[in-house]
Amino acid sequence: MYVAVKGGERAIDAAHEWLAEERRGDASVPELSLAQIREQMSLAVNRVMAEGSLYDPDLAALAIKQARGDLIEAIFLIRAYRTTLPRIGHSRAVDTGAMRCDRRISATFKDAPGGQVLGPTFDYTHRLLDFKLAAEAGTPSAREADPLAPEVPRITEFLNKDGLIQDEVRSEDTPPDMTRQPMEYPANRALRLQALTRGDEGFVLGMAYSTQRGYGRNHPFVGELRIGAVEVEMEIPELGFDICIGEVVLTECETVNQFAGSKTEPPQFTRGYGLVFGQTERKAIAMALVDRALRWEELGEENVGAPAQDEEFVLAHSDNIQATGFLEHIKLPHYVDFQSELELVRKMRKGALDAMKEAAE
Amino acid sequence: MTAMQHDPAYNFAYLDEQTKRMIRRALLKALAIPGYQVPFASREMPMPYGWGTGGVQVTAACLTPEDRLKVIDQGADDTTNAVSIRKFFERTAGVETTEHTTESTIIQTRHRIPEAPLTEGQILVYQVPIPEPLRFLEPRETETRKMHALEEYGLMYVKLYEDIAHNGAISTAYAYPVKVEGRYVMDPSPIPKFDNPRLESAAIQLFGAGREQRIYAVPPHTQVVSLDFEDHPFEASKADHDCDLCGCGTSYLDEVIVDDAGGRMFVCSDTDFCAGRRAEGHSGRLSGEDAA
Repeated sequence: MYVAVKGGERAIDAAHEWLAEERRGDASVPELSLAQIREQMSLAVNRVMAEGSLYDPDLAALAIKQARGDLIEAIFLIRAYRTTLPRIGHSRAVDTGAMRCDRRISATFKDAPGGQVLGPTFDYTHRLLDFKLAAEAGTPSAREADPLAPEVPRITEFLNKDGLIQDEVRSEDTPPDMTRQPMEYPANRALRLQALTRGDEGFVLGMAYSTQRGYGRNHPFVGELRIGAVEVEMEIPELGFDICIGEVVLTECETVNQFAGSKTEPPQFTRGYGLVFGQTERKAIAMALVDRALRWEELGEENVGAPAQDEEFVLAHSDNIQATGFLEHIKLPHYVDFQSELELVRKMRKGALDAMKEAAE
Repeated sequence: MTAMQHDPAYNFAYLDEQTKRMIRRALLKALAIPGYQVPFASREMPMPYGWGTGGVQVTAACLTPEDRLKVIDQGADDTTNAVSIRKFFERTAGVETTEHTTESTIIQTRHRIPEAPLTEGQILVYQVPIPEPLRFLEPRETETRKMHALEEYGLMYVKLYEDIAHNGAISTAYAYPVKVEGRYVMDPSPIPKFDNPRLESAAIQLFGAGREQRIYAVPPHTQVVSLDFEDHPFEASKADHDCDLCGCGTSYLDEVIVDDAGGRMFVCSDTDFCAGRRAEGHSGRLSGEDAA
């Protein structure tokens, strides 16, 4: 009878035990190691690091294992863990110009100074299932070439020399930190970029795609996309100079977008920018498109009412941990509220039925 | 009801001291401006957004090792999420916990105010999903903040009026908007409107919305008025029954379906209140049966 809402504690414990069993799966199949996930599921690891806002491939691999491959759940684990970490200090801004590029392409120039490198991309693979992989294909090896020069020039800088592309104003302001301050609207561009880089890949992709289909169109070309390792430097107060404390792999995308010019500005190209942890190309390109769409006001464009132009709409709904938590909380008991509505509906129905009866008589 | 050591892998009550300090500052500001939503840098907690992360952070910032914590969801101590949050604090704070309203110093709640009157020295922490009472009238934060600043609440009254025009009654049964100390319109969190009169309390009432990054408060003995019209006064309604277990005629009731034929019983939603009455010898329609 009334036992329906009792026994919550025992039920929870039993559910957790069952979950652990299901996570492991068939015990006769060897267990996944973190190294296997880190090395062979590296793009999943990259997504978890990017949206978890924590660069640690081993922890991301652990989160993926614990989450049974549910990447949003894995991102959630990483975010919750991240909260407990002390903030030791701030690094210098990384120099992506000095990136050791594994991949670097430009869609705007046939022969990009510094060279085009396809790198490890799915782009020109035919999406045919490779059944050899099902039988464990062994250890492939790729041919090698000399690396790019240590400093690879930026494509957009060639346009900038001729004044053909809008100049980014350099700022020495300390950017706000959305993980330490409540979100405020209107947000500045630094805050928007922070929100987008940790935003849900699917959501940012959908927003970017909507601009391509006409909801706030901004004609993007990939001016440059580069993926590779950059050094992270930090000033150590006791030493008084910067030292390199490690490396992170980043994907950076700069788009070149058309712009008709305004009353005050001659026609020139404009930019969108994406920067994401790991090899996360789809996300970086999408981020650049959405960044560009959100810049309508600053660039003197018209707000056509497109979703991707609406800062509050985009930023308030891009976080998959917030979204999934609130979406799924409707699973929690709501019977007190439901009871309250039941009473109200019964009362209002009675009133309406009585009135109908009266009218009929 | 058991005090233990907290898990040494985490700081007392999980959050680090800097974060707790930041939350306490927000709480003090909230208490100084009753009903005003104070933005705070909500942290990512190890439970999902929408599951009480705001309440948990407020509780964490208020807890001391001497506190006795009670956690309820839907008025009950043994609903799954209440169990989960209580366990979280047992583990990370090692504080004593209790199911008895009168013995607790801090109560974290979702969707109910306990039946037993709260007293001075007690803190009631609410979990809040959408802190903005104007949100479903105006989705933009930039706009609603302006509306609060200008005390521009006409839209809310128009909504309530339209309810009456369409349905003959204000069709809000829970999260019924209130005005605090004659100034801010506030969402009391999704408590049934039956609970609204008890928002005027001797206890400190703190509201935490984690995902929406807002904290607000009602200090002890603050005036809280449910919005209404002179010709359509606010009415705190409940199921028109007595509790089938303890016979109480004034408590908020859950309707429980008890068989496949749709038979039902009504029981107090506040499980501690109901158990207390039964222990005192009160009984209801189904007390003789193996109901509890």
